Amino acid sequence: MSLVADLFTVATVSAGVFFYFAGTVGLLRFPDTLTRLHALTKADNLGLGLVVLGLLPQLAGFWAGMKLVVIWGLVQIASAGTSQLLAGLAKRQESGE
Amino acid sequence: MSEPFALLLTVLVLLTAGWIVTVRERRAAVLGFIAYGLLLALVWIRLAAVDVALTEAAIGGGATGVLLLRVAARLGDLRPMSAQPGRMLKWLAGLVCAGVSLALMALVLALPDPAPSLAGAAMEPLARTGLGNPVTAVLLAYRALDTFLEIIVLLLALIGVWSLGPDRFWGGRPAAWYEGTPSSALTFLARVLPPFGIVIAGYLFWIGADEPGGKFQASTLLAAMWLLTMMAGLVAAPRTGSPALRGALAFGPLVFLVVGLAGIGWGEGFLAYPDRFAKPLILLIEAALAVSIVAALALMVAGPAERNTP
Repeated sequence: MSLVADLFTVATVSAGVFFYFAGTVGLLRFPDTLTRLHALTKADNLGLGLVVLGLLPQLAGFWAGMKLVVIWGLVQIASAGTSQLLAGLAKRQESGE
Repeated sequence: MSEPFALLLTVLVLLTAGWIVTVRERRAAVLGFIAYGLLLALVWIRLAAVDVALTEAAIGGGATGVLLLRVAARLGDLRPMSAQPGRMLKWLAGLVCAGVSLALMALVLALPDPAPSLAGAAMEPLARTGLGNPVTAVLLAYRALDTFLEIIVLLLALIGVWSLGPDRFWGGRPAAWYEGTPSSALTFLARVLPPFGIVIAGYLFWIGADEPGGKFQASTLLAAMWLLTMMAGLVAAPRTGSPALRGALAFGPLVFLVVGLAGIGWGEGFLAYPDRFAKPLILLIEAALAVSIVAALALMVAGPAERNTP
């Protein structure tokens, strides 16, 4: 049983790391602020979700797992909100200059 | 955590520090500073100092970061007040900085091994305080005087910020965050996050007695939630002269002082707690301090009074 859990963890966390990698490549390679934000928020939220999902079977109790899930939710809200703010700032700077 | 990870972390911290110093744009430097604070928090975790890590993330990255962001935004296109420093002066400043860094590095390498430690002395009387976290015991029992002076320093800093405002607005409201309506994304965040922030702050405060956490981290989180609602225009920044605000600021140090003076009456001296009531008294002081810290941090970021609107 623990072997299955370990395999699950390795697979999902690796997939999560892949999405982080893809998001970072997007951040470095995409041409402007909006597309970069898009790459970061989309890929990193998915990456973090997969990492959290992969860690769940390794945790001691239900509530420890819930804490991780709540952290994932909070990061999603925060990154969606702040990327909107950054995009607004980028737009204002573009029209101002 | 393994050595390669520690090495990677160190390189990242150094690169971020270098970037902050060399980047030209003010806002980019501040954002770099916030990232730097979070990286330092990871360094503290690597050193197994979770209390310090939480404080660094909350104060070093968060509170100082938002303070600097506010300053960067308010400064606008600042013209330099004096002539640009010449090449000689820049080299001199660089050399002095490098000298200080090298001296610090040499000191760290020269530390005796094993390093002198008070860990044993801190753990031994822990049971008498009723606490489980030795860091909290140091902050509020063994070295309570330091913590008392810390909150006084915080209030002095706030008075310093307030005195930067023009005389005619003394006691008025801090400047508005925005001209015009704030973005809907910000309003959304300011409506969704505070309930979570309040719960997590309560958790941090309560768990601080036995695990890493405590009033300072919890207060910073609460101040952040308050500031978020101020930034989004959901609540107005309070008048800096309002009696409620002044009362909240004085409440923490006052309770601390009263309990401390009562310690003389109990026979053991200033800021000594009787064993049986040590934990309730410490919790009382922490709760009172939290009120003052939240008010002081939030008002420090909000800035000096610049409006007279009631």
